[in-house]
Amino acid sequence: MTTVLRRVAPQLLTLVAVIMLVSIYFPSFWQIVYVNERLVGIPIDVIKRGAPVALLAIGMTLVIATRGIDLSVGAVMAICGASAAWSIDQGFGLWAALGIALVAGLICGLWNGLLVAVFDIQPIVATLILMVAGRGIAQLITGGTILTFDNDAFSYLGSGTLLGVPVPAVIWVLTGIGFGLLVRRTALGLLVESIGVNLRASTLTGINSRVLLIAVYMGSGFCAALAGIIATADIRGADANNAGLWLELDAILAVVIGGNSLLGGRFSILASILGAMIIQTINTGILLAGFPSEFNLVIKAVLVIIILVLQSPRVLPQLAYLWRGRRDRSQRPKQSQTSQQNAGTETKT
Amino acid sequence: MLKRTLMASVAVFTFAAGAGHAQTIGFSQIGSESGWRAAETTVTMQEAENRGIDLRFSDAQQRQENQIAALRSFIAQGVDAILLAPVVATGWDSVLEEAAEAEIPVVLLDRMVDSDPDLYLTAVGSDLVHEGRVAGEWLVEAVDGADCRVVELQGTTGSSPAIDRKNGFEQGIAGADNIEIVRSQTGDFTRTRGKEVMESFLQAENGGADICALYAHNDDMAVGAIQAIKEAGLNPGQDILVVSIDAVPDIFQALAAGEANATVELTPNMAGPAFDALEAYFADGTMPEKFIQTESRLYTQADDPAGEYEARKDLGY
Amino acid sequence: MLLSTRDLTKTFPGTRALDAVSFDLKAGEVHALLGENGAGKSTLIKCLTGAYRRDSGDILFEGQPIFPQSTLEAQAIGIGTVYQEVNLLPNLTVAENLTLGHQPRRLGMIRSRAMNAQADEMLSGYGIDIDVRRTLDQYSVAVQQIVAIARAVHLSGRVLILDEPTASLDAREVQMLFDVVRDLRARGLGIIFISHFLDQVFEISDRLTILRNGRHIATCPAAEVDRMQLITLMLGHELQQETATRARPVADGKDAIRFSGVGRRGRIAPFDLTVHKGEVIGMAGLLGSGRTESAEVLFGAAPSDSGTVEDSDGPVDLRNPRAAIAAGFAFAPEDRKTDGIIAELSVRENIILALQARRGWSRPIPQAEQIRMADDYIARLDIRTPDAEKPVGLLSGGNQQKVILARWLATNPRFLILDEPTRGIDVGAHAEILRLIEDVVAQGMSILVISSELDELVAVSHRVIVVRDRQHVSQLTGEDVTTDTIVRAIAAPDLTPEATT
Repeated sequence: MTTVLRRVAPQLLTLVAVIMLVSIYFPSFWQIVYVNERLVGIPIDVIKRGAPVALLAIGMTLVIATRGIDLSVGAVMAICGASAAWSIDQGFGLWAALGIALVAGLICGLWNGLLVAVFDIQPIVATLILMVAGRGIAQLITGGTILTFDNDAFSYLGSGTLLGVPVPAVIWVLTGIGFGLLVRRTALGLLVESIGVNLRASTLTGINSRVLLIAVYMGSGFCAALAGIIATADIRGADANNAGLWLELDAILAVVIGGNSLLGGRFSILASILGAMIIQTINTGILLAGFPSEFNLVIKAVLVIIILVLQSPRVLPQLAYLWRGRRDRSQRPKQSQTSQQNAGTETKT
Repeated sequence: MLKRTLMASVAVFTFAAGAGHAQTIGFSQIGSESGWRAAETTVTMQEAENRGIDLRFSDAQQRQENQIAALRSFIAQGVDAILLAPVVATGWDSVLEEAAEAEIPVVLLDRMVDSDPDLYLTAVGSDLVHEGRVAGEWLVEAVDGADCRVVELQGTTGSSPAIDRKNGFEQGIAGADNIEIVRSQTGDFTRTRGKEVMESFLQAENGGADICALYAHNDDMAVGAIQAIKEAGLNPGQDILVVSIDAVPDIFQALAAGEANATVELTPNMAGPAFDALEAYFADGTMPEKFIQTESRLYTQADDPAGEYEARKDLGY
Repeated sequence: MLLSTRDLTKTFPGTRALDAVSFDLKAGEVHALLGENGAGKSTLIKCLTGAYRRDSGDILFEGQPIFPQSTLEAQAIGIGTVYQEVNLLPNLTVAENLTLGHQPRRLGMIRSRAMNAQADEMLSGYGIDIDVRRTLDQYSVAVQQIVAIARAVHLSGRVLILDEPTASLDAREVQMLFDVVRDLRARGLGIIFISHFLDQVFEISDRLTILRNGRHIATCPAAEVDRMQLITLMLGHELQQETATRARPVADGKDAIRFSGVGRRGRIAPFDLTVHKGEVIGMAGLLGSGRTESAEVLFGAAPSDSGTVEDSDGPVDLRNPRAAIAAGFAFAPEDRKTDGIIAELSVRENIILALQARRGWSRPIPQAEQIRMADDYIARLDIRTPDAEKPVGLLSGGNQQKVILARWLATNPRFLILDEPTRGIDVGAHAEILRLIEDVVAQGMSILVISSELDELVAVSHRVIVVRDRQHVSQLTGEDVTTDTIVRAIAAPDLTPEATT
């Protein structure tokens, strides 16, 4: 537990700092009220709106841990959302819609995984194919329009609440816990890290790296499907052009803010999710602050640059050193005082 | 003698064409990048059918060279007139000159070109600023002097519809000191962002209690925002007035349900006025204005929204 | 002397790559630089060309000390290098490659015609007739090599270093290249030639210098040594009658693994091999002879495309490493860094990795069990690490090798393949690894050891297979397992056939 805490400490501190920054502009940040059987407040907005990026970041973390990248997740969201809306529209019902959407996500992941693991295409190129083609596929499914539907059970996944908590937040928390247990309670996490660090050596050690790679991309497709379902349920319609647009970049950013190396190896899903929440807090904060729209992207970019610089391997250890140094001084105030006095007398003499 | 007969026969021919017997008109459409564009294509075809016009349709798939090729082919076929929805503003001079030499009138739909106005008969389009002004004027009338704090969902930052509709709305409310835009953010013309940004407005404005009206630059964002208002426990259309632009089918459902109050139509029927102008031109050579502004009609809950929805839902939006 | 080094020394953490090496190159000679992997050839070249900075010693160019800081500086002084992998730009034209960085210009614009003319002129005298306006990748590797040489000679013009230039050429192309080299020699260039093809070395070289373990061993005219002496010098063993004196295993054949006719086209010719329980088989041969390729076929890393494998239970599946591991095989590869360790993972994780992979992802080894195993092997193999959680990449070479051995021992294999298990390892760890081999063999494990250290092979092996030119050429057993017989077998072409039994 303490090792986990130490791993995510930079992300937790960053999140606190970003929240404090938003609180300056919006002092009642933590005000949460309970109305109409739902919790209402800025933190609730953050965990709800952050759901798609958090979900994508979960799958993306594993892909990046294998030294890969999945650029297609935004388009896969659109495909899965369209599939779900189409199923509802055809009258197949809630469960069939969910099943079809999730299977669509897994198939997209399988396609990416086959290109990467079997045909040895570089991940950035392999997933670029679906990133570009995916929105076309989604438009074929929706027929080029925003495919709207009226199904309260399905809409519940996007805008409903469970014990006052928005359902999208419940979904990403459960998915995060599920994936976390899957990789850490089994040997999957170790094997994924191993192929990420050294694919050839891992294969020679008997790891079935090909199947593992495919599974990881399918996991990413599954997470994208969940995100697509939420986005579609949220607006009660599948918007093939805009659903998940550019979210792959936010997901990659969340993984990076989570301190995971793009070169593969060690990973932390929790840290990536915290990264997603940091991004969403910034997004929500910008909306709340009421700056003109032209400033949105600039403010976000500046904050992200500050965060990444502070977390860089050159700066972070120095911050940690300063932090520890201050704690040491505060624990032993007398000693430092005497040494200061010594220094003082020395300069006098 | 010979000359007179020739002129007479030309007159007879033009008269026959003007009378609407088997008139042939070519239509070069940009593509089908949006629901509105698809609806425009559908409406144009319907209008042509109603008037007994033989419409030759060509989809350019967003490429100017396809459009130029289509225009040349129309000229070669000797059509009576050409409708052109140009994908870009420049590069049309030579093909328009070819049409002028063949004495085929060209009518521009929806978008303008940078060529000499003598090269085309007229242009049919909407005025984005005017649309915004209509929405603003409706709001002034609707609140009737009461204080009103308005939140605005802009289109994609920097796009001309976003800029013009914002300006138009501000002109519309300029005279009313009781109306004030308190928050304005981009919703990128999408439902998702419309909903997300509206949530933050509600959050920032005392749970929505301080908001009197929402102005959205398009209906899609308004539809998203209406859901956000409902989820916040307020009644859209009553607690918060909702006015938007475009008049797509989904907003009529909201109007019918009392969740939206007004929408300004960006009509997909650009072809109707174009055909009218052509008919008048063929009949007695009447030269139309160089720009025909389509009506920016305001629809409210009183305008049979349910019926409007039925009429529009199959247009391809 | 055109180019000399005096007491050139270069150390890396843990190893002394060059130890007071002195070397001379005359104008108008081809001077071959020989030695096994890790002998110091490439370190010497990199010091000469400025890629490395030497620790001490002098480099003299025409008697003047020089201090090249980069390959560009070395080029400017007069030392040009051509590597096995041609480091030109395949998508540019031949002329652009030849003149890159000094194209004829007018007003900042490159003058194509002048450039092409200049390129034609540079290539004249190299006996190749090609269109310099076509891109480089349209020509064979041999032509690309010659273009690279032409460029290097044009830029430097005094010393040309050829680092394994023939590795990917066929016989005819090698002759084409050698014609060029002879011509350059006649023009007075000093040429350093590095190759592990001894036939080629004898064909082209005037003098030879042999390095071993970073030391200068000998320099002599090529005409004065034979193949046999050369190999002896490279491997570092005096010819002597020394017999292995170990007990033979009971070759009852019941538990034997029989490979018949396994091989892989283009890598190793089909061979037969029977591995008995508790037996150590040595494999000897020069670098590139097909030793590692044999091991990769046996482990399924580069699976056999012919033959059969059987044990007492029937056929053995060696389609891939996974299958081989399931059959009880294990393989510690030659290149630890790229093929062995997972550098970022901890010592503990590296040790349990093969066992975990065999158990499958869904049955994780419990944490407590992992810690117990790691601590156990750290103690048993005397792995020097502060704790089991240290990333294995931070350990020394010898300890990394022990971690890999621990990884395989944890799977309790029946057949363990060790490719150069002691290379780059300090003396202490070296002895420990040999002792370990004896231990596990005593418990009934079978081992294949590939090594360039003949003493080591003689000391541990029950029999030795000699590989040459991608074929298993002979097998030495019993009294025949001596460094002498092994060297004779490796050098066979120059000897009477009696050595190959």
